[in-house]
Amino acid sequence: MNTAAPVSKRRAYEAPAYWRWLGFLIVAAIALPLPFLLKNFFIFQLTLAMVYAIAILGLNLLTGFNGQFSLGHSAFFALGAYTAAILMDQYDVSYYWTLPVAGIVCFVAGFLFGLPALRLEGVYLALATFALAISMPQILKLSPLEHWTGGVQGIVLIKPNAPFGLPLNPDQWLYFFVFAVAALLFFCAYNLVSSRTGRAIKAIRDNPVAARTMGVNLSLYKSLTFGVSALYTGIAGALGGIAVQFVAPDSFTFGLSIALFVGLVVGGVGSIGGALFGAWFVLFVPNIAEQVSKGLAGAVYGVMLVLLIYLMPFGLAGLVRMAAMRFARAKR
Amino acid sequence: MKTHYLIPAIVLGMALAASPASAQKKYDVGATDTEIKIGNIMPYSGPASAYGVIGKAIDAYFKKINAEQGGINGRKINFISYDDGYNPAKAVEQARKLVESDEVLFILNSLGTPSNSAIQKYMNAKQVPQLFVATGATKWGDPKNFPWTMGWQPPYQSEARIYAAYILKNKPNAKIGILYQNDDFGKDYLKGLKDGLGDKAKSLIVSEQPYEVTDPTIDSQVINLKGAGVDTLVTITTPKFGAQTIKKVAELGWKPTHIITNVSASVGGVLKPAGLENCKDILSTAYLKDASDPTWKDDAGLKNWIAFMDKYMPDANKADGSLVYGYSVAQTMVQVLKQAGDNLTRENIMKQAASLKDVQLEMALPGVKLNTSATDFYPFDQMQMMQFGTDSWKLFGPVITGGVASAT
Repeated sequence: MNTAAPVSKRRAYEAPAYWRWLGFLIVAAIALPLPFLLKNFFIFQLTLAMVYAIAILGLNLLTGFNGQFSLGHSAFFALGAYTAAILMDQYDVSYYWTLPVAGIVCFVAGFLFGLPALRLEGVYLALATFALAISMPQILKLSPLEHWTGGVQGIVLIKPNAPFGLPLNPDQWLYFFVFAVAALLFFCAYNLVSSRTGRAIKAIRDNPVAARTMGVNLSLYKSLTFGVSALYTGIAGALGGIAVQFVAPDSFTFGLSIALFVGLVVGGVGSIGGALFGAWFVLFVPNIAEQVSKGLAGAVYGVMLVLLIYLMPFGLAGLVRMAAMRFARAKR
Repeated sequence: MKTHYLIPAIVLGMALAASPASAQKKYDVGATDTEIKIGNIMPYSGPASAYGVIGKAIDAYFKKINAEQGGINGRKINFISYDDGYNPAKAVEQARKLVESDEVLFILNSLGTPSNSAIQKYMNAKQVPQLFVATGATKWGDPKNFPWTMGWQPPYQSEARIYAAYILKNKPNAKIGILYQNDDFGKDYLKGLKDGLGDKAKSLIVSEQPYEVTDPTIDSQVINLKGAGVDTLVTITTPKFGAQTIKKVAELGWKPTHIITNVSASVGGVLKPAGLENCKDILSTAYLKDASDPTWKDDAGLKNWIAFMDKYMPDANKADGSLVYGYSVAQTMVQVLKQAGDNLTRENIMKQAASLKDVQLEMALPGVKLNTSATDFYPFDQMQMMQFGTDSWKLFGPVITGGVASAT
């Protein structure tokens, strides 16, 4: 993970900036007309895919760019979802205002969790965050909190209608809403990692000792990255709760953490755009596996995963980069 | 003003004019001359995957109906069952897929309280029946607020009330100890038990010990209960913990009056693993026949069930109570579809499901019948108490109606 060599190689593959804008325009050109062509159910699925993409992006900021492992992001996802749900259910807050609140709550939680986690590296950190993922559903079921969380029964939410009398049904509106939020968050993430702060974050991943020598405050940056990562995942959680219209402890088990992790690896560790593909993979491939064989769905999914990692060891983003480099070389 | 009356009058007139057609075939999405599409959501993977066999049993029974009777009224059943991994968010996705993409007529026996809670609002907004849900939570029989959702098995609170009545009658000065699973299932029972004990609940219950479904054992809880001087133990557990409790109680040489929930009363699944010699005099209730209970070995219903199992699910473990459950759910569904005849609209399916009259299923206890009405959405609300002898349950007393249905 922390070895410098593959990273520097990866940097060599990096495409020019205008390609990224082109990439965004292509994604937007495909994504924006979709809600008018598809059935509501598919729109809902695509919305969920974007929600997962935001969460995977959050995890990627932490793992891919900062080199800290987390198997506990389902807990932040849950925290975001519950923050939004409780605000909407108990205090009649509008759904869009719940997003910043969920983000801030998760940022604080992530930052605070990041402080003790500073002492932990690699697999030990993975284990600590694993504990977080395991305990979250149980904490949500606690009877003293039941008044707010609804205990095991969860909280049922109302799907927002399109504002200003726009001629959109709730599924279409939510799709555009999530798309806008996702675009903003992806833009911010891109700017973050290419900024001075981003270089510090990456330097910590590549060589912590060198980074410290250069004057990077390791503990501050690591905790902050943990906070920002939790913020992203928390906003995704809030959007997910609103889209599904229901939050319950069993939606946020350890399995969700693993799903995000799989999405991270499949999409490409340390790649912003890869999160989109990773989300698409974790959402749709299990369904495809189930269609192939109901009894062996898990095994089929596993085989697909192994094949994919074998064919694209650096995720889809790695494959695209490699192709781009070949293309650039051929032009020369 | 008058136009306000005119519009309903016109609608009524049109309805009357259309009524001769109602004798003919009527369909909603999901039903045709040749096929009825039924959706289902099961935890084939994840923490509750043991219950996945219910879905397989239902599927097998519909295959039998299709193969041996050519379906129902000439229409084959197309049973589409998806996995939600016991994850409510996934259940929403799968329910939407079934309703909007596969276009099923209704969803049958989706499993789990969290998953069904997650889809209930959606199903009712879409006006698609969410029939015979596979959970005993008491909230499923609420036709006023959720006219498209119906339960099936006796609600947990009904069963708990039966135990409360038994204790009040036979051990009015009992020192009750309760071991319960800390989730919706355990808490629902607990509420029923306390409601049933009424004013006496506070004075009779001396200890309540919760455990988490993820705990490895319940040894310390059982020791605590014994230490609290409990003489009447109510064990509200899932099968694995039921067996552990019986074993631990025997190990401690403790002999309380022991009541165990129907969920953990399977001879093959719980009592045998716990050691039959440790099970003498344990009390429970039942509404379905236990296939591993020798009481039924000459029973015609059981023989039919075994013939079905041998032919359609030869590899399944017959001691698994979920197989009897799935079989009985499928039979209930077939009954409803037969009643619906050629009028396969969602409204009529719901209407027929709410008009079951004294239906005696093969694998239900004799005298325990399915009954529903426009205001009673608890198909099973009767159970009978039983006590374990040396190798099988002995039913005793009358068939009791739980009373939750009449209370709500």
